[in-house]
Amino acid sequence: MNCIIIDDEATARAIVKQLCSKIPDLDVIEEFDNAISAIKFLNQQRIDVIFLDIHMPGFSGVDFVQTLKDPPHIVLTTSDTNFAIEAYEYECIVDYLVKPITQERFDKCINKIESIGSQPSKSQKTTQPDAIEGEDLYINIDRRLIKLKLSEILVIEAKGDYIDVKTEKEEYRVHTTLKKIKEKLPEKLFLQIHRSYIINFTKIIDIEDNSVLIAKNVVPISRSNRPELMRRLNLL
Amino acid sequence: MIERPNLKYVDELAGDDVAFRNQFIAIIKDEFPVEKKEYLDHITQNRLKETAEMVHKLKHKFNILGMEKSYQLAVDYEKELLMGKTDGKLKFMTVLNAIESYIKTI
Repeated sequence: MNCIIIDDEATARAIVKQLCSKIPDLDVIEEFDNAISAIKFLNQQRIDVIFLDIHMPGFSGVDFVQTLKDPPHIVLTTSDTNFAIEAYEYECIVDYLVKPITQERFDKCINKIESIGSQPSKSQKTTQPDAIEGEDLYINIDRRLIKLKLSEILVIEAKGDYIDVKTEKEEYRVHTTLKKIKEKLPEKLFLQIHRSYIINFTKIIDIEDNSVLIAKNVVPISRSNRPELMRRLNLL
Repeated sequence: MIERPNLKYVDELAGDDVAFRNQFIAIIKDEFPVEKKEYLDHITQNRLKETAEMVHKLKHKFNILGMEKSYQLAVDYEKELLMGKTDGKLKFMTVLNAIESYIKTI
């Protein structure tokens, strides 16, 4: 396999190059400190894998992915986990390595790429998020049934005999339990991360030690629900 | 207390590869002062978005140099800057100075 490395930091490129050097049959044929130069290169040469820093000034890794018509396998390298969910909406993005990258984690990434093989990937977003778009949930408020788009729900919080449903536009108080509403929600989109909270998994902005940021809502993660959250992150 | 930078991660990665270790040290000696200067230029001019970009860049080096607490400090400072605050400026500067002193010794 051949690969290129795109990262605006020389130290980061040197590290990825060193990691690659330990993999037999993986050749680093070029490295770039910006995405624009890489696009020019990719127009002339076919490569198998791109190690791409997602956070670069001017033209980000995601911008770069969107410009590729027939992208190879792309592995994102970053200091943050914030972009993980957005990143996995692209079929061509096969892995997400958080810096500092260990050799063990890098080896796993290569194994994953090898198991996928060289099947062509697509830069278009997967259809999975679209599949739930248009699905609605009706909530009963003062004898009125109000339609909510599932994809617009951010957080659902238990409040005694009620729940607060926070959407991108409004907040609704509904007389029901968290358990009952959970049964109505698609597992692919929603996750209970605390006894009192269900979140829309795709709306996560940031995950810190014991909390998740969704829009302006800081939602606690309970110790018992944390492993499932982390598992879902890895799966995505 | 300020964390001491170290090359543990780089040494693990290098193994017996002395050439890589030397190359890495040469790169960080070149790159760090440039990035520090760029950071100082932005923060002095109160260009907080650009400052946050530089903090983002520099924090990766904290990680490489085994400074986990300093990395977290940088993560918080980066967020602060994006919200228009500079409370973490002094602590961040202390970390930069610690790295600057350290890379002169390697």
